[in-house]
Amino acid sequence: MSKPKIIYCHCAYAQVVPKEVKEAVLRKLCEANVPFEAVADLCESSARRDPSLKRQVESGQIKIAACYPRAVKWLFAAAQAPLAPDATEVLNMRSQTADEIVERLLQPDLKSNLPTSQESGPKANQSAPL
Amino acid sequence: MSLKDQKTLRIVLAETPVQTRFETLQKLLENGYTVTCTTESGSVATESPNVLLIQKDSAPGHIVEQAESARVEREAVKQGEWKPWFPVIDYDRCTNCMQCLSFCLFGVYGVDQDHKIEVQNNDSCKTNCPACSRVCPEAAIMFPKYKTGPINGDIVTTADLQREKMKIDISALLGGDVYAMLRTRSERAQSRFSKERDPDKALKERQRCLVKLAEAGDIPAEVLMALPSPEEIAQRAETAKAKAAAALQNNSK
Ligand code: SF4
Ligand code: SF4
Repeated sequence: MSKPKIIYCHCAYAQVVPKEVKEAVLRKLCEANVPFEAVADLCESSARRDPSLKRQVESGQIKIAACYPRAVKWLFAAAQAPLAPDATEVLNMRSQTADEIVERLLQPDLKSNLPTSQESGPKANQSAPL
Repeated sequence: MSLKDQKTLRIVLAETPVQTRFETLQKLLENGYTVTCTTESGSVATESPNVLLIQKDSAPGHIVEQAESARVEREAVKQGEWKPWFPVIDYDRCTNCMQCLSFCLFGVYGVDQDHKIEVQNNDSCKTNCPACSRVCPEAAIMFPKYKTGPINGDIVTTADLQREKMKIDISALLGGDVYAMLRTRSERAQSRFSKERDPDKALKERQRCLVKLAEAGDIPAEVLMALPSPEEIAQRAETAKAKAAAALQNNSK
């Protein structure tokens, strides 16, 4: 089976994704001499329904370095390129270190982690009364 | 032309030397390009109107120039000039209640052919304003570039849901029209400003007022200042409510 494809998001607004993390991830991906797709801003690509997203999703397993998996899941859905739950691993540059992220990106195995409906958190009708 | 209809250009970099790859990628990304970075020449698809293939070029600055002239020539849009701030709906949580549609005065939301809520006009959203996410009873509305969870996409907690509920109660107390309330208060601040003799003092007072409003509702001062006239707000609110009511009626059929 072919290796999972890699998508890297350069998040155009550095205040949400730390600049040092996104730059270190990009640098290490370049140095590792692996093929990958880099988008300037996944949010903008989603709003434009960029055909690149659909092309990537249709190519099989993918690992995405961006932000929260729940946000990434619905950004792809909004771009009409829904991610396959069993074929997607999202690495979070807002909460993980560059080393952790790059290590996962370069491993040949995939640990799918898109949140399911239950995993998105308690629902309003399930929460305790005030 | 809507964002979805604008042409974009993707760059395919083949066999870029490892030494200059990072700098090249960084420059292209900062100029808004999507870049496919390949390591073997054989695996690259041929060029198409939306794809520019750049092979074995070592000067990063030169690559950006090449990309820019191809973009202009192919009439592709320059990406990265609009701050992509817009709501993203988590359909695992959304119950299609239409509160967001009836709340937003800027026509961001609409319904699809199955009467399901959707974000239709991303670029009409007011940058940095997450107000509609506060209105959603299910905490289903995300703004991925927001500073904190769950609006940024982090997992929703019970405490978040209780906070969301409280916001709604506040808006209900105010007659449900938070925008109208904000507009009135911002106008009061403005008229106080015009009557003031001491412009510095007045300016400070106005800033204080706006900061308070912005903090209370989490709505940026620029958004408050850009709100339309009270009459127009009333008219837009009516239109939005009618759209939401029609969608709800269709859903219950
Ligand atoms: S997907 Fe996340 S990391 Fe990427 S541009 Fe949007 S907010 Fe930034
Ligand atoms: S307010 Fe929330 S739950 Fe209701 S339709 Fe909008 S996104 Fe869905």
